[in-house]
Amino acid sequence: MTVALQIQNLSRHFNDLVAVDNISFEIRQGEIFGLLGPNGAGKTTTLSMLATMLEPTSGSATVNGIDIRKDPDGVRKSIGIVFQDQSLDEELTAWENMDFHGRLYRIPKATRNRRITELLTLVELNDRRDDIVKTFSGGMRRRLEIARGLLHYPAVLFLDEPTLGLDPQTRNHLWQYIATLAQDNGITIILTTHYMEEADRLCDRIAIIDHGRIIAIDTPKNLKDGLGGDLVTIGSPEPAAVAAALREPWVARVETHNDNVVVSLKNADRHVSSIVTLLNTLQIPITSITIHKPTLEDVFLSFTGKTIREEEAGIKEQMRMHQKMLRH
Amino acid sequence: MEIIYTIWLRNMLRFVRSKSRIIGSISMPLFFLLFLGFGLNSVVQLPGIGGNYILFLVPGMVAMSVMFTSVFSGIQVIWDKQFGFLKETLVAPVSRLEIMLGQTAGGATTAVLQGFLILVLSLFIGLQVSRVTGFLIALLFMVLIGISFTAFGIAIASRMEDMTGFQLIMNFVIFPIFGLSGALFPISSLPAWIVPVTMLDPLTYGVEGIRYGLTGVSQINPLVCFAVIGGFSLTMTAIGAFLFRKIKI
Repeated sequence: MTVALQIQNLSRHFNDLVAVDNISFEIRQGEIFGLLGPNGAGKTTTLSMLATMLEPTSGSATVNGIDIRKDPDGVRKSIGIVFQDQSLDEELTAWENMDFHGRLYRIPKATRNRRITELLTLVELNDRRDDIVKTFSGGMRRRLEIARGLLHYPAVLFLDEPTLGLDPQTRNHLWQYIATLAQDNGITIILTTHYMEEADRLCDRIAIIDHGRIIAIDTPKNLKDGLGGDLVTIGSPEPAAVAAALREPWVARVETHNDNVVVSLKNADRHVSSIVTLLNTLQIPITSITIHKPTLEDVFLSFTGKTIREEEAGIKEQMRMHQKMLRH
Repeated sequence: MEIIYTIWLRNMLRFVRSKSRIIGSISMPLFFLLFLGFGLNSVVQLPGIGGNYILFLVPGMVAMSVMFTSVFSGIQVIWDKQFGFLKETLVAPVSRLEIMLGQTAGGATTAVLQGFLILVLSLFIGLQVSRVTGFLIALLFMVLIGISFTAFGIAIASRMEDMTGFQLIMNFVIFPIFGLSGALFPISSLPAWIVPVTMLDPLTYGVEGIRYGLTGVSQINPLVCFAVIGGFSLTMTAIGAFLFRKIKI
């Protein structure tokens, strides 16, 4: 196993605000690794430090075996970045934006031209190569930025909220690209996102980050399995009776919410008929029954006690307070 | 060198693509030239400078065009900051000095081209350039003004968050430098107490240098002009490079 990224006790403070709090983890080569968390959790700060754009307050990290503090230029050569905010020159054409990047990374002309054509074809923009970027849609710009980030054969590609603000269709499309990239080229990809579905579908492993700390790190499957299996929601006019009836050894957890009973158990698809039979025998009426696989949203909820949206609201409030304090 | 060229190239591409900006930035010096020139030509008597006010004004307007365009080009760094493009440049494995020098070269070239347009248009209102050397001397001074004030713009842009402070810089720095420079009137006609202030204005030496090149007459020795504006451009480049190194995104 080759390690593409190694992070040790990395911290970053902004005055008295701890944005990243002593995090450590490793990312394997060729892995798609997701940093998942609400806005303001410290994802972008972490990424900025790894991309040598921000000095860590303490701790260390290596990217592609290169120390981010000792040789930032070496790190920069081996990484590609797609920023959260757009960073294209809108008045240049797609080709010119690529060419500018290629020249900055000192790629010889012949290689540069071949590579640009190759990548523009990959992101399906080659027929628009001589159009000014101003005329591009959000999805096209994102694709162009990804192509640009790959131009200099980076070993590690950072994607900061790659699908933020894109419509679902474009988002799906981009996910496919990203997955293909890692698979076909062996590039290590680190992406930050606050879309649970994105992290779930794309990432080999996920670190859930909240308040600058890593609260869980594993494959999406393991994280979800950690919840104790699937979730079955049973609607009934007699929820208490249902809850009592289902105190069975194969049921991990029973919760009652209004008229619904939520049961977590392993292999719900196989047990659902037993549930129905059991309740029928006891003559407890059932109005509805749904099985749902746990999502990362459920994982986040179980680790933080909050949904990611509630958490975001809280962080925004906190930042507002912090800014007010700085101003006074 | 390659990096400097790359950034210069981007500036050129943007320049040729921005027709409205080209027209916008030559219009002000051109209107000054036409309105002030024709309006005051018959009223203003210039002792010892041939008496033709329009031709006296031309070097001043060329210098103005170069200076304003170059300050704008330098300030463009703020737009790059706001539109995110600066990140793309800063995260590349290149030194900030190279980026800054490329931007300066690009801005200065743009500015000299703008000044050159004014120069060409002036040919239609009576400017006569008889000596090639004179023309080249004027060009040299235009380049030096261009470098100085692009670097000045970059220095300011490095310290500014957004364009809100730009108006302030424009009114309290750029216009006074222009106004005091002897672009609009001969230094000798000023009251004695204001002359030292004019002599502190670096643009004075740029204007006089261009004037020497185009008309063969200047009130300050052209070598002194060269030394001062040359030194100023080096100083500004150093300051600009220093501040750009510390730029935050």
